[in-house]
Amino acid sequence: MEFTVKVNGERWDIDAAPADVLLDVLREKIGVKSPKIGCERGDCGSCTILLDGKTVRSCLVLAVEVDGQEITTVEGIGYEGLSQLQDLFISNNAFQCGFCAPAIVLSATELLDSNPNPTRHDVQEALAGNLCRCTGYEPIIEAVLAAAEGGAK
Amino acid sequence: MVIAKEFDYQRPTTLEEATQILAGHPGSARVLAGGTDLVAWLRDDAVAPDLVVDIKAIPDLHDIKIDGDTLHLGSLVTFSDLINSPIVSEHAPLLAEMAETVASTGIRNRATLVGNICSAVPSCDAGPVLLGYDTTVHMIGPDGTRSIDINDWFVGLRETACAGDEIVSHLTMKVPVHGGVYVKLMRYAGEDLAQAAVGIVAYPGDEYRVAFGAVAPTPIRSTRIEDALRSKPLDEKLIAEVVAMVADEISPIDDIRATAAYRTRICEVMLERGLPAARERLDGTGPAYGTRLI
Repeated sequence: MEFTVKVNGERWDIDAAPADVLLDVLREKIGVKSPKIGCERGDCGSCTILLDGKTVRSCLVLAVEVDGQEITTVEGIGYEGLSQLQDLFISNNAFQCGFCAPAIVLSATELLDSNPNPTRHDVQEALAGNLCRCTGYEPIIEAVLAAAEGGAK
Repeated sequence: MVIAKEFDYQRPTTLEEATQILAGHPGSARVLAGGTDLVAWLRDDAVAPDLVVDIKAIPDLHDIKIDGDTLHLGSLVTFSDLINSPIVSEHAPLLAEMAETVASTGIRNRATLVGNICSAVPSCDAGPVLLGYDTTVHMIGPDGTRSIDINDWFVGLRETACAGDEIVSHLTMKVPVHGGVYVKLMRYAGEDLAQAAVGIVAYPGDEYRVAFGAVAPTPIRSTRIEDALRSKPLDEKLIAEVVAMVADEISPIDDIRATAAYRTRICEVMLERGLPAARERLDGTGPAYGTRLI
């Protein structure tokens, strides 16, 4: 089936089978590698993308479903240099291996877009379901709270 | 891991068109809304349809409307929509309290309330809450529209009263003055399903609805407990009396998330804590919605 989708501002005409999962099409056909193949059942969060501005698990979306929609991945967030949020992830040493990082950056971006002054609880809720096996989450939460204080998006 | 079996995909733009498509594929088509269950089941080979009918291009199914004390929820309303809706927070904040316990933001942005009761797994969070209200499920099929009471909806494990050629268009719920709680035990926030759950709605005149999740093949309402509570002041003695009835009302199993014995005990605890909280919320004195009781 043929369909059109915008990925990080760029229009793509895709030919995919209905059974092709969005995560695989993003990685293999479009070449965007930041959404990671993790649990492949919506639990770990590592395949998270922004679909029309909202986080979704791309492992649980059929590629053909996104016809006419707009996708942002972390490649798109950092297109014009790192965002303030990303800088604060670095200065807080918030990531180690980085496997979960793209999804967490997107989840935090969605949170700060809708709630510029989140509480610690809000941050925990927004990031819940994004598994990180390195950091214990604390530096990640601190980075997001610091970004909120700095008026970051 | 890919989806092993190929299928066709159609995206109708009206409910009538969707029902015609389903009627042409008896027993071999599946309706797709948020897909958080369906795509996972496709990946697992748990379902193998020849055709997937995506209803997301059908307008009007996103509506959240209030008419008097009747709340209308379209079949594409997501759990995030429930959390963010001013209408829900004014008229039925219990729905938002329940929605906040469902998986993660990334799932809630996609998963729908109606999809949750259509999947009809024992732990479905919407079940014990919708059973607390006079809820009606409205469907459309080849012979026109049909409405059934939520009490007749869940017929078995992953089985509902919705026929294969029918699509749920919306729910209506009576939301007069009430207070409710949804208490859910899970091992960790963000992804876990309920180990056990209790939904309670208190109405004026010492009238209660009590339903349990993840402790039977379907979400179940306990009319025996409701009868025992009716028209009596909710004191410690009455609470102890109905808590003692819980074990006979549910039929939990041992599985990877909890043992049957633990599920039974925790249902007793959740009912014991939930009843006064629901009653206090009716009176306007209870803990804020969203406060975890367990």
